[in-house]
Amino acid sequence: MKETVLEGISSVEAERRAYRKRQSFRSNLVSCISFAVFCVIIYIVLSNSEGWTRVRIAFFDPHYFVESIPLVLRGILTNLRILIFAVAGVAVFGTALAIIRTTLSPVMFPLRVVATLYTDLLRGTPMIIVLYIIGFGVPGLRIFGRIDASLLGTISIVVVYSAYASEVIRAGIEAIHPSQRMASRSLGFTHAQTMRLIVLPQAIRKVVPALMNEFVSMQKDVGLVSVLGAIDAVRSAQIIVAQSYNFTPYVVTGAMFVVLSFPMIRLTDWYTSRLKKREQMSGIV
Amino acid sequence: MSLLNLRNIKKKFGNNLVLKGIDLEIDLGDVIALIGSSGSGKSTLLRVINLLEQIDDGQIFLDGEDISDPRVNPDIVRSKMGIVFQNFNLFPHLSVLANVTLALRVVRKIPRRDAEQKGMQLLERIQLTEKANVYPDQLSGGQQQRVAIVRAIAHNPKLLLLDEITSALDPRLVGEVLDLVVELKSSDTTIIIATHEMSFAKHASDKVVFLKDGIVEEQGTPSQIFGNPTKAATVEFLR
Ligand SMILES: Nc1ncnc2c1ncn2[C@@H]1O[C@H](COP(=O)(O)OP(=O)(O)OP(=O)(O)O)[C@@H](O)[C@H]1O
Ligand SMILES: [Mg+2]
Repeated sequence: MKETVLEGISSVEAERRAYRKRQSFRSNLVSCISFAVFCVIIYIVLSNSEGWTRVRIAFFDPHYFVESIPLVLRGILTNLRILIFAVAGVAVFGTALAIIRTTLSPVMFPLRVVATLYTDLLRGTPMIIVLYIIGFGVPGLRIFGRIDASLLGTISIVVVYSAYASEVIRAGIEAIHPSQRMASRSLGFTHAQTMRLIVLPQAIRKVVPALMNEFVSMQKDVGLVSVLGAIDAVRSAQIIVAQSYNFTPYVVTGAMFVVLSFPMIRLTDWYTSRLKKREQMSGIV
Repeated sequence: MSLLNLRNIKKKFGNNLVLKGIDLEIDLGDVIALIGSSGSGKSTLLRVINLLEQIDDGQIFLDGEDISDPRVNPDIVRSKMGIVFQNFNLFPHLSVLANVTLALRVVRKIPRRDAEQKGMQLLERIQLTEKANVYPDQLSGGQQQRVAIVRAIAHNPKLLLLDEITSALDPRLVGEVLDLVVELKSSDTTIIIATHEMSFAKHASDKVVFLKDGIVEEQGTPSQIFGNPTKAATVEFLR
């Protein structure tokens, strides 16, 4: 804490702080110990199981571990690229869908119906089915010539995740108290300006944690584009597995996806706690 | 006997020292009017007393017990108090009666029938029995605020904290709500009310505490503070 700023605290306060510090140390200690016990139990169960040696050789082979890293790393760059474009696409398309669904004007009624159907349909369809339909169906139309598999994958992800993101954003928009709109309109802002300058900024802020959660799950699903033949991390691992009959590259890939998601997860936590601090009336209840 | 005793309370937000060492003694059964200009720390002080904010120094004694000690359970302490804020009081998803009785049922574990009987008695006191089953946004501002007050006293708190409960109301409703506070005074509840209603402080309180820039600038009986203030800042504020 920032004890340095506080000149001269009373002994009561000093004692209170020491007590709180001890309490938090104790609860940290307890959770560390229980975690260690948990790990030991898992280890004992695993290493005593009958097939452990076989599994270890098939999934945790040091040789294949080292060999697969460069290939999988190169593949994950493809995943990253897809992810970046997909995020941009989802941001635009998801917001547009959300705005369409929250308009009240009767002129927009047909669009609203289409948007509603779209979100209902796409949220219900498994990601992999959408990938198959877009990945193999669109080229089958033979309108565009040959399309890169990773582009088709990006489109599929945008199509599915926009539906999810739009629902999250819509919830945010609807959570803004109507008096905000009234205040804004009374100052002379148009409907569109009200949306853009007053409602959306507040709405997005409210749902950022939920959106970041969508992002993390999207990052994972990017691995599915391998079914279209894009040479991403999963596909690279598959290629090595097919040659070696050893599954270690899959473990490597899995680990890499986890590492990739870390910064985002931490960022989400950080942002959420900052938001809480700023909107606090009090930090302790 | 003093019910609440504040000793050298300090509270910072970031590096901004908002309460700069508050010393205050409050007697059982008194109505205390907390006055002072906007930003002087009235709301912060009430939240501190209710343990909604952690203090940075000092001690708070309630009934002789140091409730600022981290070893005491704040939920138990809070259950001896009630607090009403200026707005955002009532739960919009619950009926008026449910607003009043929910804590009795869940926190106090009082059976539904008994809680509702008590709730209806309280609503009768504020002449709102016929509104028992409507939702808060169907009430007027003054009605909402009165419901919020009876909700806060439903569990017979020793100490009732009221934070500018009338500042969003029109003059007639102000009277309506403050009358209720005066009525509560006859029972044995101690009340601290942060207010800008000087006439209320003057006529209905037992003690007036004038807060300025996070310290108690002056305190005394209404006749002392309003009739014979000693500090220049008090004179200035009341002018
Ligand atoms: N959560 C918070 N974070 C940071 N600063 C705060 C917070 N709450 C209050 N303050 C600051 O503390 C000071 C006192 O605020 P407080 O709300 O206690 O004033 P007040 O006397 O109740 O004023 P008013 O009569 O306008 O209600 C103000 O300067 C305010 O900016
Ligand atoms: Mg205030």
